[in-house]
Amino acid sequence: MTGTGVGPELIRLDHVSASYDRTLVLEDVDFHIHEDQFTGIVGPSGAGKTTLLRLLLQTLKPAHGTVWRAPDLRVAYVPQLETVNWNFPITVFDCVLMSRKSSRLRPWASPKEKASVFEVLDRLNIGDLSQRHIRELSGGQQQRMFLARALIRQPQLLLLDEPTSGVDVNTRHDILHLLADLHEDGVAIVLTTHDLNGIATHLPHLVCVNGGIVGQGTPEEVMTPAVLERTYGAQMDVLEHLGVRLVVDQSPNFNAPETKI
Amino acid sequence: MTTLIEPFSYFFFQKGLIVAGISGALLGMIGVFIVLRGMSYIGHGLSHSIFGGFAAMQLFAAKFYAIGAGLWGIASALAITTVTKRSRVGADAAIGVISIASFAFGVALFAKFGTSGPSFENALFGSILGITTGQIIGLLGVTTATAFFIFLRYRALLFTTFDPEVAEVSGVKVARIEAALMIVLSLAILATLTVIGVTLVAAMLVIPAVIARMLTNSFGRMLAYSTAVGTFCGLTGMYLSYFADIPSGITIVLVGAFLFTLALAVTGRRGLSRSAGLDSHHENLGSVKPR
Repeated sequence: MTGTGVGPELIRLDHVSASYDRTLVLEDVDFHIHEDQFTGIVGPSGAGKTTLLRLLLQTLKPAHGTVWRAPDLRVAYVPQLETVNWNFPITVFDCVLMSRKSSRLRPWASPKEKASVFEVLDRLNIGDLSQRHIRELSGGQQQRMFLARALIRQPQLLLLDEPTSGVDVNTRHDILHLLADLHEDGVAIVLTTHDLNGIATHLPHLVCVNGGIVGQGTPEEVMTPAVLERTYGAQMDVLEHLGVRLVVDQSPNFNAPETKI
Repeated sequence: MTTLIEPFSYFFFQKGLIVAGISGALLGMIGVFIVLRGMSYIGHGLSHSIFGGFAAMQLFAAKFYAIGAGLWGIASALAITTVTKRSRVGADAAIGVISIASFAFGVALFAKFGTSGPSFENALFGSILGITTGQIIGLLGVTTATAFFIFLRYRALLFTTFDPEVAEVSGVKVARIEAALMIVLSLAILATLTVIGVTLVAAMLVIPAVIARMLTNSFGRMLAYSTAVGTFCGLTGMYLSYFADIPSGITIVLVGAFLFTLALAVTGRRGLSRSAGLDSHHENLGSVKPR
């Protein structure tokens, strides 16, 4: 899987800082996204991962610096499942349809629109769930539905906020494979994740964030004890298993027998 | 039997029935967006705000009270939205301060200088007696404009109500849609003020939408059901008001409350779980500061 970013530039952040209520969250960030990029943003809670996504989405104005975006860039966004109002009265079909770019003024879908919604739902293997209420889906199906809502816009760049938060191991694998397929199809992908071993280590490019960019590069370059300590403020060991880097934190083992030094 | 159909022979009642039905439909239709955005309290706040403008215009330019009160309501709605977005004050607190201050101002004007138009009580609880042809035309105009607005901007309204952040990213002009919704809401409250009354308009914005939510999981059907329930409440409430000899707003709201109880009995826990969380979504999203 390539994806470290050598194609044409889609978005560029130059010396960008961001704040909420005058509290600086990100400082002096330089970050480029290229056409063939597949990047994971990692960092502790409150490090500024979602803020970085918002800067890329341009829903947050930078306090300092500039954000450049390729003209007519098609961007789609998949929010965290935790922020969704699952009681909202909406079916899977309508949820996907709402995102489709259309100049149609009538509320109901045209035959062409229906076909395009079913095409993307079938691609994600949830075509038979189109008339279900969104709360009636499993975690993995919900994530697929929001991916479908993003993909119907035929994005060049897909941004995802914690796409594997709260899902089981199999669903996490499914989502990762799905994203890898999309990347193979030419979609640039940037996601945030807390999951260093389940997700981050499998991605071609990582950005470590903690109030700014602490390090970026391939997992081999950034998943080192030194960079991880600067990112998380905690000591971590890095092991290698079947060619994949695994992070082990050095938290105290409460089950270990008491030893006197 | 003759007694039951007697009110239909009076012109004022026929007129009142049409106005009450349209008012119920209008509030039921727009209430869906208000309830799903977790802004149920704004109907209460805006009706009180508009009362302030209504009172002021009664004293200074009674002929143009509708325009003055409408502008006052729109200004209040936009002020509430702005204060909520640009400061640390939550929507409920902003509504509380701006609308109740406006209401107090209206009551103070009435208390000090008296009234020269529709009475204080009619404005508070609604009455069909004072309805003029101009008000009926105004109500029809606002209802038609609201229906067109919802029809033509259905997807944008749905998207901004369900997921404003992603809607913005997807190219929907969220701020513009929200401002338009506030203007339509202010005009709807103003147009129904005389029939339903200041104190009861908020209930008719919320009750039909909540009943509709309990009955369906589809947004389109919720919109249709809420409009139908609002119409039914308006018509039945007006009819009962004739026999009970009490202000129409009160009977309209009581019919809504009865239907709510009925819907609760029929749908049980399923209905309750569907309507759960209707009051919190929008503000929760707005108040969270992601890092």
